[in-house]
Amino acid sequence: MKKTFFSGPRYRLAKSRLFFYAVCAFSFVSLIPLFLILGELVQKGYKQFNIDLFTRVAPSSMEAMLARISDDPLPGGILNGLTGTLLILTIAILLAIPSGIATGIYLAEKQDKPLARFVRSLSDLLQGIPSIVIGVIVYIWVVKPMSGYSALAGSVALAIMMLPMVIRSTEESLKMLPLSLKEAGLSLGGSYSRVMMRILLPSAFSGLFTGSLLAVSRVMGETAPLLVTALGASTVNWDLSHPVSAVSLLIWEFYNDPNLAGLIWSSSLLLLLLVLGINLFAKSIAQKWKIQ
Amino acid sequence: MENSINTDYILELKEVSVAYSPGKNAVDKVSAGICPHTVTAIMGPSGCGKSTLLRAINRLHELYQDITTTGEILLKGQNVFKMNPMKVRRLAGMVFQRPNPFPTMSIYGNVLAGYKLNNIRLSRSEKDAIVEQSLRSVNLWEEVKDSLNQKGTFLSGGQQQRLCIARTLALKPELLLMDEPTSALDPISTARIEELILELKEQYTTIIVTHNMSQAARISDNSMFMYLGELVEFGTTKQMFTKPVNKRTEDYLTGAFG
Repeated sequence: MKKTFFSGPRYRLAKSRLFFYAVCAFSFVSLIPLFLILGELVQKGYKQFNIDLFTRVAPSSMEAMLARISDDPLPGGILNGLTGTLLILTIAILLAIPSGIATGIYLAEKQDKPLARFVRSLSDLLQGIPSIVIGVIVYIWVVKPMSGYSALAGSVALAIMMLPMVIRSTEESLKMLPLSLKEAGLSLGGSYSRVMMRILLPSAFSGLFTGSLLAVSRVMGETAPLLVTALGASTVNWDLSHPVSAVSLLIWEFYNDPNLAGLIWSSSLLLLLLVLGINLFAKSIAQKWKIQ
Repeated sequence: MENSINTDYILELKEVSVAYSPGKNAVDKVSAGICPHTVTAIMGPSGCGKSTLLRAINRLHELYQDITTTGEILLKGQNVFKMNPMKVRRLAGMVFQRPNPFPTMSIYGNVLAGYKLNNIRLSRSEKDAIVEQSLRSVNLWEEVKDSLNQKGTFLSGGQQQRLCIARTLALKPELLLMDEPTSALDPISTARIEELILELKEQYTTIIVTHNMSQAARISDNSMFMYLGELVEFGTTKQMFTKPVNKRTEDYLTGAFG
């Protein structure tokens, strides 16, 4: 065979170097949106990012208009949204995590049973259901029978959205454990439930916890299902049976009211920081508690 | 083959068969008696049913569907299939091929894991005593006494395996089942575990699965040779290695196959 430049090692080396640079360039490009979003939010939101944001409820349209006319910063913050998000998420976690973990255990233990396969497909399907559809369903299930919008309805909607993620992360983290761990536990005379609670679940804890946290951060910014379940409220409310606000709902309200538009950026920035924070925390936990 | 009924046996296998799928016996009608304070090696080529037989004794097969065990296994005269499986597993402690300390527990916690799993409450002093005694009996105490609160997974492979043996011994089993406990270890760790098995003979009865014939020769009093699920020969190790009765045993021991 005749040797040409294109069959030589220098060409091939150059090609792989080019490939490497292309990969680097594209990964940089895919990060640009994140930095642009962060930059935009910081630039527009920092002025409103103050203690009021955390300590005062959202202003009324009238208050905001007066402030705008006199060129003052908008009064008020998003305290009602923060407390609402906290309330809705707490109840959603309480609803989704135990049942999600239980389902995950079942799927990991009975991997090939027809019922397990069926449940697994359903859970995958659940993940694909648009959030607004879940919202509408919860409206029919919870809001209508309770004859009113409520924090509980919002929690149910978010819990349903979290379930598939909790189920999957539990199943995957349990399946990663060596079989000998379970056998060793049982060989010491432990009952199945004790081996699960004392050995297998703690060993899978890092994956489980990370998965659950990511599920929380995933649903934290959901707006559509909350619009038809939790509705929103202008005051701080801790009563599960009453409508509550949420940070994402407030952003939607600010967007719809030109007088309040100035608060969009600071609240979006805060929401983004919360989600990023939870993600980073989940990652660090996964690193720190990784099983040797 | 030893078939006679002897009440002195700590463990008696009567026509034990294990099938992974119906009609295909991985262990085929094995009968044998194990005397207390002996080390019995189960030898044979890969896939001959050594581990399968061992795992039948503490009823580990029941964790998996489709595996059926038939025959009788008498542990101190009691049929294990009529006992509570949790009790059987406490009486017949098992050590696995790869060291498997519980990754979330400290060395201290690992030794006491059996008590925790059996929901047995102990006072602090009882715990300390059990941990020290168990770790001393596997010659690990001196190495780890200052790091009892560290995770067991930070130990070396050989130390981990001794920790796993200590964890099993902590429950004071009647019988110690070892499934190729040194196959994942380096020669030095292997030698230490072998020494340990000999030391433990005073208190425990050990059945050890090994594919390493010289190991069987070094540590066992009695040997079983299994081939294709059958117990081909069972006798004293000395006799088996010097004057095997069965031709297949001889072929295996001389390296004609395996």
